[in-house]
Amino acid sequence: MSDQKTFLLDGREIPFEPGQTVMQAALTAGVFIPHLCYHPEFRPHGSCKLCTVKINGRPATSCTMPAQAGMEVESDTAEIRDKRRALVQMLLVEGNHFCPSCEKSGHCKLQALGYALGVMTPHFTHFFPDRPVDASHPEVLLDFNRCILCELCIRASSEVDGKNVFALSGRGLKKHLIVNAESGRLADTDFQATDKAAQVCPVGVILAKRKGFAVPIGQRPFDASPISAQAERYKPVAPAPKKEA
Amino acid sequence: MNAPKRKLRVATTSLAGCFGCHMSFLDIDERILQLVELVEFDRSPITDIKHCGPCDLGIIEGGVCNAENVHVLREFRKNCKILVAMGACAVNGGLPAQRNHLDLRDILEEVYHTEPGLSGGGIPNDPELPLPLDKVHPIHEVVKVDYFLPGCPPPADAIWKFLTDLIAGRTPVMGHGLLHYD
Amino acid sequence: MDNTTQKTLAEILQRHGGDGTRLMQILRETQEALGWLAPDTLTDIAKGVGVPRARVEGVAGFYSFFHTVPRGRYRILWSDNITDRMLGNGDLMQSLCRRLWLEPGRVSEDGLVSVDFTSCTGMCDQGPALLANYRAVTRMTEDRVEQMAGLIRDQVPVADWPADWFRIEDNVRRADILLKNAMRPGEALKAALAREPEADVETASNARSWREGVHAQAHGPSAVLEEIKKSNLRGRGGAGFTTGIKWEACRHAPGDERYVVCNADEGEPGTFKDRVLLTRQADLVFEGMTVAAYVTGARKGYLYLRGEYRYMLEPLNEILARRRDAGLLGVKILGRQGFDFEIEVHLGAGAYVCGEESALIESLEGKRGVPRNRPPFPVTHGFLGKPTVVNNVETFAAAALIAAKGGEWYRGMGTAKSAGTKLLSVSGDVARPGIYEYPFGITLREVLADAGADNAQAVQVSGPSGLTAADNEFDRKIAFEDIPTAGAFMVFDHSRDMFEVARNFAQFFAHESCGFCTPCRVGTSLLKNLMNKIGEGHGTQADINEIYSLSRLLQMASHCGLGHTAPNPLLDTLDKFRPAYERRLKSLDFEPAFDLDGALARARQMTGRDDAGAHLAESK
Repeated sequence: MSDQKTFLLDGREIPFEPGQTVMQAALTAGVFIPHLCYHPEFRPHGSCKLCTVKINGRPATSCTMPAQAGMEVESDTAEIRDKRRALVQMLLVEGNHFCPSCEKSGHCKLQALGYALGVMTPHFTHFFPDRPVDASHPEVLLDFNRCILCELCIRASSEVDGKNVFALSGRGLKKHLIVNAESGRLADTDFQATDKAAQVCPVGVILAKRKGFAVPIGQRPFDASPISAQAERYKPVAPAPKKEA
Repeated sequence: MNAPKRKLRVATTSLAGCFGCHMSFLDIDERILQLVELVEFDRSPITDIKHCGPCDLGIIEGGVCNAENVHVLREFRKNCKILVAMGACAVNGGLPAQRNHLDLRDILEEVYHTEPGLSGGGIPNDPELPLPLDKVHPIHEVVKVDYFLPGCPPPADAIWKFLTDLIAGRTPVMGHGLLHYD
Repeated sequence: MDNTTQKTLAEILQRHGGDGTRLMQILRETQEALGWLAPDTLTDIAKGVGVPRARVEGVAGFYSFFHTVPRGRYRILWSDNITDRMLGNGDLMQSLCRRLWLEPGRVSEDGLVSVDFTSCTGMCDQGPALLANYRAVTRMTEDRVEQMAGLIRDQVPVADWPADWFRIEDNVRRADILLKNAMRPGEALKAALAREPEADVETASNARSWREGVHAQAHGPSAVLEEIKKSNLRGRGGAGFTTGIKWEACRHAPGDERYVVCNADEGEPGTFKDRVLLTRQADLVFEGMTVAAYVTGARKGYLYLRGEYRYMLEPLNEILARRRDAGLLGVKILGRQGFDFEIEVHLGAGAYVCGEESALIESLEGKRGVPRNRPPFPVTHGFLGKPTVVNNVETFAAAALIAAKGGEWYRGMGTAKSAGTKLLSVSGDVARPGIYEYPFGITLREVLADAGADNAQAVQVSGPSGLTAADNEFDRKIAFEDIPTAGAFMVFDHSRDMFEVARNFAQFFAHESCGFCTPCRVGTSLLKNLMNKIGEGHGTQADINEIYSLSRLLQMASHCGLGHTAPNPLLDTLDKFRPAYERRLKSLDFEPAFDLDGALARARQMTGRDDAGAHLAESK
């Protein structure tokens, strides 16, 4: 017998390295757990709660929970799928998500999770918030209507780009993304289209200008297979090195 | 169990929509011949019946943007045992709902007063014209909706799968590729 | 930015040494001096503390009491707890607005004044209460509203308003060991220092000791810790974690820097006992913190005081200065070599979630008050990542008594599982609202009798996040093994509508959700909207089902206790006062969440139409 430590995920034995979270171990083993704020190159965040599982019968956030030998994790159960569906629906009504006119369609993780979980309707009453877009930057558009507050751009800008272009303000349902400028405009920050922060948005907030709809329908990342079959894309990797600001 | 002998009666309409979902529905092509063996149409662009009578199934395209939409939607809800929201606009308001962050006053002013085109005529007050609501709503925010089929439009194959499931008495399940929001 | 403004800002930044962890205090003092936090002010503060500007703006935007847009030279915030509502705050607020020609929530055209609601200000026994430029005003009446409107119109500074308005009563109705404490400052500390391990007490824990480097003489702290453990003191903030175990974990955590934090962010609506403890027994609380420092080896302590208690800042600082002069704080406390400890008061700025210990620590570090991921816990990774003990005001006060009188003495009071006494903040429909201190084990019925509640239909124990007890539960006991509580005790008589009670609480949680996690951020607002829909007569059975299903999601998936407990009042009232909901339901069928006819009003106005087609009748 090997001395590799393991835990059980929906009855399947998952090996893990010390220090790995349940999410990291599962993805490494090729088992997908739905997530939005987790990113293979960044420290876990634990805010979207899509990755909620039950560990030994108790709810837990799998992206922040350290793996331990012998734990029994339930993830793909009817009860948990139902809760995850409701979380996707909450995000859909919180912002303004109109997929037909969004350049991120087919590349969007929120949309892909909607498909994977069988979300047929936003279900709740829409909030229809008023969130003006910021088109000030020559190369990048910010459409806050689609922001799901995963903080990946904030983390990327601070931890990799060394810039702190993004931050959060407000509280509760009024929480929102802001940029690091007195004017509140992206053009007045040191943001560049080549920044890591420009690459990590799981939805359609941070968009390169003049590059929309480049990939034909049918060839987009989530056209051929559902996100749930693409665990290997999200395996943990070493964090990107921090650039000098 | 045998399949129901009586044909299912189906009504369809478009509210604040573009009839694109109806066009996609027609894209089921020759399968429509199979379908008419199973269903008959009540109010629908196909029949030109003006008011919906008692039906087994009502299919709504488009969201709710004005008073007339509300009347039609209520008529459908009252008469149809099962009500389906078909397409992005019925499901979440879609393109028309992208006016929701604007004040209706500003919209009407811009269309009828300040911008060239219709300007000069003033904001129409003809009782024949339905009044717009201050926001566009998906239909589930106005009446109870039983099933949803998103897509802009939903592809013909998805509509076919959805309808044949419903007619056969199965909960429709859209597999990968049939469920999409764009 | 003019020169005076720049000078003021420079002084404030200098006073805080440009320390980014002191951002909360810098923002507050700047706002007190300049009225609001303008965009260029935030830029200068960011430069001054070396923190990215967006992060400073994010902190300012998190707390209710910081303004990044002008809010008027007079900012009147009405406390909106259910007890204030029961005392008529709504009408009084409307009256004030009318007199000032003002819409609630809006700043007057001349920029003079704004009037709005805020979460419970902790004056439930003497409401309706408000904050006038963040100074607490109690016992509002129509007469006072009239006078206040005049004072504002005449631009009389708040400092010159009638002193009686700012009088805050302690209303101590029943005192026991804490409120009767008559020890002199330093007495408990002297007793603690005198305490040496008993012969049979294990002192091996000193191997990783009190304060790295002073092992040899430090057997006393473990002796005090033994007394705290023996007392079976449990946290008074509501969760009830055993204090001795917490202190021991912090004491044994690796590292040579530790912190002691007193949680006086008494934000749970209906709770005001810490305000009274800090008014009458501040020395005892500080002494408890100092005892904790002695036990754990901390050199620095903070008292996190909620922003609503701004008026206490100067008096508390005076007490700290006195203690310093008396050798009870500072270097070599009471002459004991190596026993150095300082306490500082940190003022919050209107955020209930900061009562959660890890959010409180974030706030203390000058950040947005967002609860951290756990593990690790504060006892190993707390303030600035160092081992930190966070305890409630009442816990520290009790710890000081235990240090003086011993664990056995303390354990003799209360019940087997809940040692000692508990302070209750009694408000609502009672003849004698105020503070009642009882040994644990008291029944709700006994409290109601003492407070003069002869017609109670329900008690909200421990605030909105606690339990709604109906009259068939009045023989239940206040104790960790039955009804644990942080101290709120709001009484509702039979004239009260329990639906409106729950609706007030749903509004509270939506306002106070920090927004970190999806279920709580969106879910608390969805719950609020559902309660408003039912309250406005548009509710259906489907909405009640939806409350249940959302509640299950919040309980399962929320990041912290706020989201976990936000459904409690809805579930409790649905369980125990269901007719209060059912009689409001419009039908058992579907109803929209918004008023369809009202949604045509704008278009009617624009077109001048009022014909039948310009209206939407209710659905049948």
